[in-house]
Amino acid sequence: MLKHTPLNATHRELGAKMVDFGGWDMPVNYGSQIEEHHTVRSGCGLFDVSHMLPLDIKGANVRAFLRRLVANNVDKLQVSGKALYSCMLNEAGGVIDDLIIYFMDESWFRLVVNAGTAEKDLAWMERMNTDWGMGLTLTPRRDLAMIAIQGPDATRVLNEALPGVDQITASLKPFNAAAMGEMFIARTGYTGEDGFEVMVLAKSAPFFWKALMEAGGKPIGLGARDTLRLEAGMNLYGQDMDETTSPLESGLAWTVDLKTARDFIGRKALEASEVTKQLAGLLLLDKGVLRGHQKVHTKNGDGEITSGTFSPTMQQSIALARIPLGIAPGEEVEVEIRDKKLKAKVVKYPFVRNGKVLI
Amino acid sequence: MSIPADLKYTPSHEWVRVEADGTLTVGITHHAQDLLGDMVFIENPATGRTLAKGEECAVVESVKAASDVYAPVAGEVIAANGDVESSPESVNKDAYSAWMFKLKPANAGDVAELLDAAAYQKLVESEAH
Repeated sequence: MLKHTPLNATHRELGAKMVDFGGWDMPVNYGSQIEEHHTVRSGCGLFDVSHMLPLDIKGANVRAFLRRLVANNVDKLQVSGKALYSCMLNEAGGVIDDLIIYFMDESWFRLVVNAGTAEKDLAWMERMNTDWGMGLTLTPRRDLAMIAIQGPDATRVLNEALPGVDQITASLKPFNAAAMGEMFIARTGYTGEDGFEVMVLAKSAPFFWKALMEAGGKPIGLGARDTLRLEAGMNLYGQDMDETTSPLESGLAWTVDLKTARDFIGRKALEASEVTKQLAGLLLLDKGVLRGHQKVHTKNGDGEITSGTFSPTMQQSIALARIPLGIAPGEEVEVEIRDKKLKAKVVKYPFVRNGKVLI
Repeated sequence: MSIPADLKYTPSHEWVRVEADGTLTVGITHHAQDLLGDMVFIENPATGRTLAKGEECAVVESVKAASDVYAPVAGEVIAANGDVESSPESVNKDAYSAWMFKLKPANAGDVAELLDAAAYQKLVESEAH
């Protein structure tokens, strides 16, 4: 039995093509994935991301708990509503999950974790809560739905759908959130465009979605979500990194705080490890489509594509690949696609931000 | 679901039109393109290539996934449609006019083994469950 988000019936009414997405019955597209992609780059797209889990952690020790639990430093969060992207590592330095942490007050932080890892994450956090004697309360918020509103027109659409919200959106900076009762508005996203991720009570979600559509927002499936995030150079858990990979070899060194003396899970392993690989962007020079797990040949040895697709914005195939160190942007590599070796160029990613091609 | 009655089909979702001169025109079905979604890359077999029945001979790739296209019967490739290679989205617009390649069958009788529209319809329905 597949799990349903509070918007399941809404997607079906809209004629979405539904797929089994890690045990969730989710819309992959509502017609054309490419058109949906362009809508987010040029207008405003709506995504049901209610399969992801908001998780409230409350108690006096919550900051101390997160200091030890995650690789980024929650002490960067000093203003209420501020968000931080971080990996949660195991003792070996592998990535259990990547998540967003919102600081609300000294006894309340909200985390948003991936759908497929939610149960594992929760068990891990509960274990640490007990082992460290933190006495915190962890509350999974399955009573909330989450809708992402993304694109250059996102602010107008949200303002029109929710009269009065302009008082919040006008001053809400990127990577910040504001809570109003059970409504939670964050200026975050997974597309490389301006936009919001809004949590509302599950029972209000269909009404809210309808209001967003009436204001001009267009429904976008998970298919376009993947091409948008890859163009934006954002990692996908389970593809670009997992429990067997180091964040330092996954393009996530910027999220690992080794500057302060803070002891966090996985730190010792990371400091003892030798980094030999890097996550690089690839641009296919020949015709074809780069895909995950294709082999990459470089002058320093072989690597592998972790995520690949056809970029609707660039009209060319792009990928993230884990390749040996010492291969610099501008260099050419070969990718094995079926029985052929095709030429690709190593590039610095993101590929696209705010509607503009950066390559 | 669009399944023209005058065409033949394979279980791997190719359509085949038997031309007046006995040659075969091959493409992928409406159902196949619907499963794959927006097409972004198509590679046809080279003209002159000899194919065994069921041999992987072409590739269609959507944003979502790559899929092989198989030779419906044994034969020689006598033409490949460059237009679908330069405009892969034409397969999404009309799968039955966006042909991929033409075959001269090794044995004219082999086409009798292909599915007719009713049998293909049944196959598609059974896959939906």
